[in-house]
Amino acid sequence: MNKLIRYLTPALVVLAAVGGSVCVVARAQDATARPPAPTLARPKTPTRATDAAGFLQRWIVLEPLRVTGQLTDSAVQAAVKTEYFPDQLTVIPRDGDTVTAGDAQLTWHAVDTSKYNVNLFHFAYALGKPTSNVLFWAITVVNAPREMPGVRLAIGSNAASVWWVNGEEVISLYNDRQAVIDDGVSKRLTLNKGANVIRAAIVNAGGATDFCARFLDENDRPIKTLTATLSGQ
Amino acid sequence: MKHRLVAAIVLLLVSPVLALDGQPGIHDPSTVVMHGGKYYTYGTGAGLPILVSDDGWTWRRSGTLMQSLPTGRPGPDVIARGGNNTWAPDVIRVGEKYFLYYSAPGTQPKSAIGLLVGKTLDPESPDYKWEDGGPIVWSDGIEDSNAIDPGVFLDPTTGSLWLTYGSYFGYIRLVELNPKTGKRLYPERKPVDIAINSEASIMIFREGWYYLLVTHGSCCAGANSSYNIRMGRARKVTGPFLDNMGIDMLQGGGKLFLGSSGRQIGPGHFGLLDLGDGVQKFSCHYEADLDRGGISVLDIRPLLWRDGWPEAGANFKEGTYQIESARTGTALELAVQGMPVGGFRGRGGRGGGAGRGAGGGRGESPPLEPIPAQDAAQVASNWQAGAVDLRMSPYMVQAQQKWAIAPVGNAGGYPGSPYFKMTIAGTDRALAATGDGELVAVPAFTGAPAQLWRIDQLTDGTYRVMPKAAPNAKEPLALSAAGSSKPTLDRFNADSDRQRWLLKTP
Repeated sequence: MNKLIRYLTPALVVLAAVGGSVCVVARAQDATARPPAPTLARPKTPTRATDAAGFLQRWIVLEPLRVTGQLTDSAVQAAVKTEYFPDQLTVIPRDGDTVTAGDAQLTWHAVDTSKYNVNLFHFAYALGKPTSNVLFWAITVVNAPREMPGVRLAIGSNAASVWWVNGEEVISLYNDRQAVIDDGVSKRLTLNKGANVIRAAIVNAGGATDFCARFLDENDRPIKTLTATLSGQ
Repeated sequence: MKHRLVAAIVLLLVSPVLALDGQPGIHDPSTVVMHGGKYYTYGTGAGLPILVSDDGWTWRRSGTLMQSLPTGRPGPDVIARGGNNTWAPDVIRVGEKYFLYYSAPGTQPKSAIGLLVGKTLDPESPDYKWEDGGPIVWSDGIEDSNAIDPGVFLDPTTGSLWLTYGSYFGYIRLVELNPKTGKRLYPERKPVDIAINSEASIMIFREGWYYLLVTHGSCCAGANSSYNIRMGRARKVTGPFLDNMGIDMLQGGGKLFLGSSGRQIGPGHFGLLDLGDGVQKFSCHYEADLDRGGISVLDIRPLLWRDGWPEAGANFKEGTYQIESARTGTALELAVQGMPVGGFRGRGGRGGGAGRGAGGGRGESPPLEPIPAQDAAQVASNWQAGAVDLRMSPYMVQAQQKWAIAPVGNAGGYPGSPYFKMTIAGTDRALAATGDGELVAVPAFTGAPAQLWRIDQLTDGTYRVMPKAAPNAKEPLALSAAGSSKPTLDRFNADSDRQRWLLKTP
């Protein structure tokens, strides 16, 4: 994994609209302004359909929490089960909401990704936040047009991650790994008609970090009829 | 010419494992046919002895076919053209009829091949009845032919029906049959010579090629029999059938398909058993099974294909395996925290120095003792108790990735094999199907159907792994890779790698 990040200077950036398009611009915390995250933008529409391959492209992501970065089964489970802020396994935040975790105040950012994946390195780097030894919380609300039994959540993550659907833990991936499409797949589950909350915790030790997620039908084909929305959008 | 012994062998042997169970004694078996959920084959011997099996694994004698005939013997015209012996039959279903062809030799090479026609193979059925169809082909004792060893072939591309026959006296010959009657379609035509120096011929078809499989060597001498199955292929049903070196089987060519090996001597009399879904098996007999006192027995084995030729696979053997998904390349494992083999240690320093951890510090001479293999006894105390999920990960030669696969006695089986249990090596943690179509490792093997596994080798050499029964399942399910890390159960799809697995020795 690319370790270049260890040499980069931290900075803080925020999301802002520029020239009619939404992009990430730096609000300098230090002397060097960060460029906007090239693959992420603030949502402009109430909902977003999946891409052609079924990937969910709208998420609300919390600025990274510092963790040890250990990626073994037990270390990741301990990291995600630690309570960093109230209601962390139930909250559906709004863009701009903040939480206090220890002595850090962290902000939730709504993002649309232009790719199949959400590049958390882009996200954190543009904000001047650390990308190594961190934990990201990411949430999306998926609207299903009907009840969908027998489907599976299918994700890839760099690095370890734990995933919940409507409050139930359904996937856990451990150890240092790349975000391979459909790397982690849940057991068969049922999506409710209407809103379904997808929640993820991604733990990165160093280098690149990202994730991707989609649902597969009972025949292992991507489901493309879902839309993603976020509270407050 | 070989003088054949009539082998009406009655056996009652219970083999420990890995050869067919029950009473598999037979010589010159017909192609194994599935009918009404049972498997049937017929062999050389007085009245054509019947072997039947409920699952393809455990076999039993069930009288003789000729018992159902009023005379209990070949029809008079068959005897007149050949003789009163009954050898080496073959059987096929065409439409609603079964055509059974059998050898009726007199003093060889005077012989005839007779036809019996029936609606069912099940002796318990009220419709069970065989009718004499008379002689189909014969040899007069002088011509270059010995009309024994029929092999019947239904061409899937045309629906035409063909019979090959013959032995070491003269040629292997081919005639076309009428699919409605089973008799010769053009009796006035001269048979086509397609091979020589062989017997037990039969044809199969795959991807534009007709394959002629025959048996070379000598039979009927127990462990001194040199029987071996050879083959050639042709673009037309009438040949020429050339082997892998381009030698015509009419000139003695023939690529080896199966010879003696292990404890089985003298394989012969190939028969295709196509189970569908890309699972093909073949039947044969061994002249001598050394594990059964050297008698002749039936076997059913996987049929593989490589570079355009059939290849004899081997039934799955007990052992310790890694189970690798052909889809993802990741290996099935217990979902427990892994420990590197030898514990956490550095890779060793650059330039030959040791790294951190157990490898020692930089500049020191590293210890070069071999690191022992990891087994469950070293690490299983750290694993959670009770039922544990399964997952797939890169194979790291760790204990939770090593599966002990062993046959289970008295639990039934499937064509060629018994059911197996699959446990983490060194433990009793057993792979089991769950009621929601998923997988779990239960703490101990109980013998429940959800813990019994069918392991079929597919034609490409990979394996299909299926539970004997999955709770609540409405259809057969197979071990499937839902993603890189997720094993599950799903319908088998022969066109996908999802349900294909490589079973490798660690």
